[in-house]
Amino acid sequence: MTQLISKKNLRLDGRKLDELRPIKLTVGVLKNADGSAYIEWGRNKIMAGVYGPKECHPKHMALPDRALLKCRYHMAPFSVDDRKPPQPSRREIELSKIIREALSPAIVLEDFPRTAIEVYVEVLQSDGSSRIASITAASAALADAGIPMRDLVVGCAVGKVQDKIVADVSDTEDKEGQVDLPVAFMPNLNLITLLQSDGALTKDEFEKAFKLALEKGRYVYEIVRDALLEGFVGRKNEKEGN
Amino acid sequence: MSAEERKHEFVDSIRREQVFRTLETGVRLDGRKMDEYRKIKIEVGPIVKADGSALVQIGNTKALVGVKVLVGTPFPDTPDEGILTVNADILPIASPYEEPGPPDESTIELSRVVDRGIRESHMVDMESLVLEKGKKVYSVFVDVTVLDVDGNLFDAVSYAAVVALATTKYRKATLKGDQVVFSEKRVPLKPKTIPSSVTTAKIGRALVVDPDWVEEAVMDARLTLTFNSNNELCAMQKGGTFGFTPEEILKQMEVARAKAKENRAILKEAIEGAKKK
Repeated sequence: MTQLISKKNLRLDGRKLDELRPIKLTVGVLKNADGSAYIEWGRNKIMAGVYGPKECHPKHMALPDRALLKCRYHMAPFSVDDRKPPQPSRREIELSKIIREALSPAIVLEDFPRTAIEVYVEVLQSDGSSRIASITAASAALADAGIPMRDLVVGCAVGKVQDKIVADVSDTEDKEGQVDLPVAFMPNLNLITLLQSDGALTKDEFEKAFKLALEKGRYVYEIVRDALLEGFVGRKNEKEGN
Repeated sequence: MSAEERKHEFVDSIRREQVFRTLETGVRLDGRKMDEYRKIKIEVGPIVKADGSALVQIGNTKALVGVKVLVGTPFPDTPDEGILTVNADILPIASPYEEPGPPDESTIELSRVVDRGIRESHMVDMESLVLEKGKKVYSVFVDVTVLDVDGNLFDAVSYAAVVALATTKYRKATLKGDQVVFSEKRVPLKPKTIPSSVTTAKIGRALVVDPDWVEEAVMDARLTLTFNSNNELCAMQKGGTFGFTPEEILKQMEVARAKAKENRAILKEAIEGAKKK
């Protein structure tokens, strides 16, 4: 088995136990989508696009009192070590559902009855914790689309690797480590909207990991806020011809 | 593409009100306490043609699981492990909102959450299922058939799968060249731990365990937690279109930890009872 954490408590990529990989987020990167965001989180490369509120198709799915939120998480065939067949896998279907459920409480859906809001997440390269990077990018894209929101949804996947609690689980740590525990939440409303885990954790370990996830998620929130602000100022300057 | 399903829409607003109002008085619509399960009934081995089977009822929810152990080729990344597959099917007879056809996203989530609970608890000793490393391994199929839906499918299906697996006796296979020969001798699939799944739901300000169908229809969010025999958390999944506060998560974790122990005793009793027969 690979030594995932060195004696000096450094991880394979040289990070400290509670250190995140570099995160780069840009909004407004697609011309056609109403809102979009591109995130590079370590070696994850993920594009999120939002369309809507728009007419709901098929019509019978429209909801009388709020917008219908649709979500698709999809991985490009070349995004992982093996080729991933392009048709949706069971994993992608499950993730589409839980990402939708993680985003839905943040959106003021009741402002747009009988319409649909579509969120597309395309994973171009996957490198561990991709669902959290996806949610972060998707919530930035929703804000970029100008859709009214109660809060942003951000998060961090924490885990247990060689009996140590670490932040921002990488691909290798996910595969060879003991626990992966992704958490997504709305930092201002203090509501957890995505929570999953696999692998054994004692009560104390869970509490430590959970706390770490919330702390790191708040840091990710600052990154998203800055990116949105930058996107807004950039577009304003463009409009004014600066 | 994932979108909200209509099957949870059809609860009268009067009934919805009623659920909330009763909960405010500290009891549930069917008279249960917040941390009380409905009656759990377990029948071991109803399907003799399967290598292991169990029918579990939680209240009116009915889940039947059959286990078949075959021989197959291991996955390239795990040449020294057997294969475990959990596949759920909610039959059209199980609810007026189910239709024939390929599994929808909720059914896929159900399969995957139950699979994760069993896999991550290391209940099945995957390394003991190898016939020839990298070439031939036992492939354990856990096929779930949901017969009647009245909420909390996650726990009902998980219990049925766990009991069916723990009582599975499969035919021993040997390799003669490329040929797989099954002997008539059966060996038990000895469980290393008994995972116990507990599902909790948030309805308004109330936190309840084992939500029934009406409660699921009006709930804000759901949390399914699976604990191993040491009562350590080994898998978890949040569902539903609203969130939990961190305090609610920690509170539910402890309620669920206690319930998991109680329910594991019920599972163990059924498993031990079947062994004596």
